[in-house]
Amino acid sequence: MLYAILCYNDEAAVEAWPKAKDDAVIARRRVVTDKLAEQGRLGPVLRLMNTTAATTVRYGAEPVVMDGPFAETKEQLLGLYVIDVASLEDAIEVARGMAGRDGDGGSGAFEIRPLRAFIPDTVQRETMIS
Amino acid sequence: MTDLTWIDTALKSARPQAVAALLRFFRGDLDRAEEAFQEACLRALQSWPEKGPPRDAAAWLIFVGRNSGVDEGRRSRKHVALPEEDILTDGEDVQDDMAERLDGAQYRDDILRLLFICCHPDLPNTQQIALALRIVSGLTVAEIASAFLVSESAMEQRITRAKRRIAEAGTEFATPGAVERAGRLGVVAAMLYLLFNEGYSASGGEAHIRKPLCDEAIRLSRLLLRLFPSETEIMGLTALMLLQHARADTRLDGEGQIVLLEDQDRGRWDIGMITEGLALLDKAMRHAKPGPMLVQAAIAALHAQAAKAADTDWVQIERLYATLEKIQPSPVITLNRAVAVLKASGPEAALEMIAPLAPALANYFYFYGVQGALLQELGRDEEARIAFDRAIALARTPAEAAHIRQHLDRLGQKIA
Repeated sequence: MLYAILCYNDEAAVEAWPKAKDDAVIARRRVVTDKLAEQGRLGPVLRLMNTTAATTVRYGAEPVVMDGPFAETKEQLLGLYVIDVASLEDAIEVARGMAGRDGDGGSGAFEIRPLRAFIPDTVQRETMIS
Repeated sequence: MTDLTWIDTALKSARPQAVAALLRFFRGDLDRAEEAFQEACLRALQSWPEKGPPRDAAAWLIFVGRNSGVDEGRRSRKHVALPEEDILTDGEDVQDDMAERLDGAQYRDDILRLLFICCHPDLPNTQQIALALRIVSGLTVAEIASAFLVSESAMEQRITRAKRRIAEAGTEFATPGAVERAGRLGVVAAMLYLLFNEGYSASGGEAHIRKPLCDEAIRLSRLLLRLFPSETEIMGLTALMLLQHARADTRLDGEGQIVLLEDQDRGRWDIGMITEGLALLDKAMRHAKPGPMLVQAAIAALHAQAAKAADTDWVQIERLYATLEKIQPSPVITLNRAVAVLKASGPEAALEMIAPLAPALANYFYFYGVQGALLQELGRDEEARIAFDRAIALARTPAEAAHIRQHLDRLGQKIA
């Protein structure tokens, strides 16, 4: 079974960490993830940039682009894509395409967050699927 | 739990929200709002280690601070009755209620108001910054005094005077309209940039770079951006500070001497801050609403994106300075533009551009530094020496003076 582990914390507090503390937290987690990586059981690892860098595209007759993170609490995180494009404008275009242009009955929103760090997929898929 | 630093962090991060809301509750009485916040912090130090942190620290502190303040007003006694702990930590309803009210737009305007009153136009810039550090950031008078290299009593006096001025002026509590809000944001952004610059190039003293002031300016700017996610100038301000701060570790050498942008070790620039700055800039550019902070951020971005100094896109930088000059005419901006002109078109054109600035910048260190460097490039060594001598006389830090002396040494070698 594939699992995603989502990390939550107060970003204002994490921003205020001195670099040494941030490094120490990452090092502590790497003890765990390095072991998984050795076993071929670590998928992509990514660290998001702050929500201040976020832009949100919401479904609508015309998808609406808003500055800021996705702020609703009545909807849940259902999935995510990692894409490699030249600019935020391109990323918004991709999200717009996903939302559709003609109010096709879709709902929800896409929050676009630049990545601060990305460690590519190291999972050996066949062992994970079996 | 022995490590209680998390409480300090939580109190520090909740402070702007809490003090801002308490200020509204106490109708602009700053001292009372601060006292109420202090009371709430004391109570938090008693209660949180045992009961764990509340879900919304700011709401908790406002609730407790408001009640302590009410009691104090009623009895004007030191001994203050605080609300029952059960209400605070177990009564989820109370917290939910508070949190809901905090989510409202009023709460954003509270924080903006708190920052804005520190920017009272009668107050000199340094007092605005000192006041913001005291009230919004919660630095002690001693900490602020040491950052500004003045005695604690002098700083105490300055802050007291500034507070009195603000109290006399009165505080506007009506919810600001869109135009008023944008105006306030502009004023606050300028103050935060001053705070940043105070850390970036200290106006006096030995420590040329005082990082904590820069960190604080960035923290407050991010806080504003969370509250006003569509404000391009706040995006620009945050980006500008991140892009400049990314270079902090390379701006001085081991001996504390200034290292010019073109000589800095670009491999040691903080790539995390640069990418965040670029992301914010990218986001702001979509709005096609160039303001002074945004244009300056765009200039900083061009520097940050050049892998080598020689790769710098000076033509584009010169254009951006021209835009900035139009939005915000100032001799200092023209001086900066002249440096870009030097790189793009040579020293002759640059010298011509700065000639009319002399009267306005007669007491400005950088003016003579730039003038000297241009004259030196043109081989007009005697005039260059006069300009450098003036620059040294106007230097505010030993590092600035030492940097100009290097130029003079080079001139000396040439002539000797």
